Amino acid sequence: MLTCKEFLQELSDYLDESVDAEIRAKLEQHITECPNCWVVCDTVKKTIRIYKGMEPHPILPEVESRLLAALERKMAAHPK
Amino acid sequence: MPATSQIPDETAVVLQAREGDAKAFSELVRRYEGKIFRLAMHITQNREDAEDVLQETFLKAYEHLDQFQGNSKFYTWIVRIAVNQALMKLRKRKTDKTVSIDEGIDTGEDTVAREIAAWDENPEQRYSREEVNQILTSAVDSLAPPYRAVFVLRDIEELSTEETAEALDLSIPAVKSRLLRARLQLRDKLTRFFKHKEDDAFAYM
Repeated sequence: MLTCKEFLQELSDYLDESVDAEIRAKLEQHITECPNCWVVCDTVKKTIRIYKGMEPHPILPEVESRLLAALERKMAAHPK
Repeated sequence: MPATSQIPDETAVVLQAREGDAKAFSELVRRYEGKIFRLAMHITQNREDAEDVLQETFLKAYEHLDQFQGNSKFYTWIVRIAVNQALMKLRKRKTDKTVSIDEGIDTGEDTVAREIAAWDENPEQRYSREEVNQILTSAVDSLAPPYRAVFVLRDIEELSTEETAEALDLSIPAVKSRLLRARLQLRDKLTRFFKHKEDDAFAYM
């Protein structure tokens, strides 16, 4: 029987699906018996999912123009 | 006119860029500039520095394009360049702020969850897109730098554990333990916004 602390130690690897079958079974057993760890597991999973859907920072048009102009200068000076 | 929606195969684009095709390189820049800028913002936490990092990253990538082996993804390769540039910025600013990615890391086993409250299935839908971005960004930015860098690379930029370890020059166990702490801390911080609001159920009636 895992303690909550042991469960939390493995949680990240569990969610990344990088634990072996034996540990996986123990972890899954633990969340069926421990409502708090079930909540933590579920909300960490949601945390990861929400961040994955986060959008990139928009780049201001002038920042992009500056970047492309600097690249053009570089390319002109050092053609491949 | 070629169909603009068609995404050309990246290997071919990288190859053309290596042969000196400026248009091909600009195509790679456009494809990744937003992500590189986001990464730079998260690490430097300073818009001006992030803009510098963005520019330096692509200039360096162009300069060293012939060193790109093609055995990793182009994106992973430029992420490594961007991380190095961003960390250099941090080190330069080190006098005014504690910014080392190795500072402030505690070695205790404090993997605890402070607030335990269930969330709705899609709790972010309660907020506008701007609000969600704001909530997520400020939560990440409040993490200590060692956790922040690992979380950003693993869970926002979606690099593998190995790629993250390589980019940050950390061991794989260090990446894993920092990622765990970061995820638990963020979960705690986001619970404030995303927890199930049973008490508000009657507010609409």
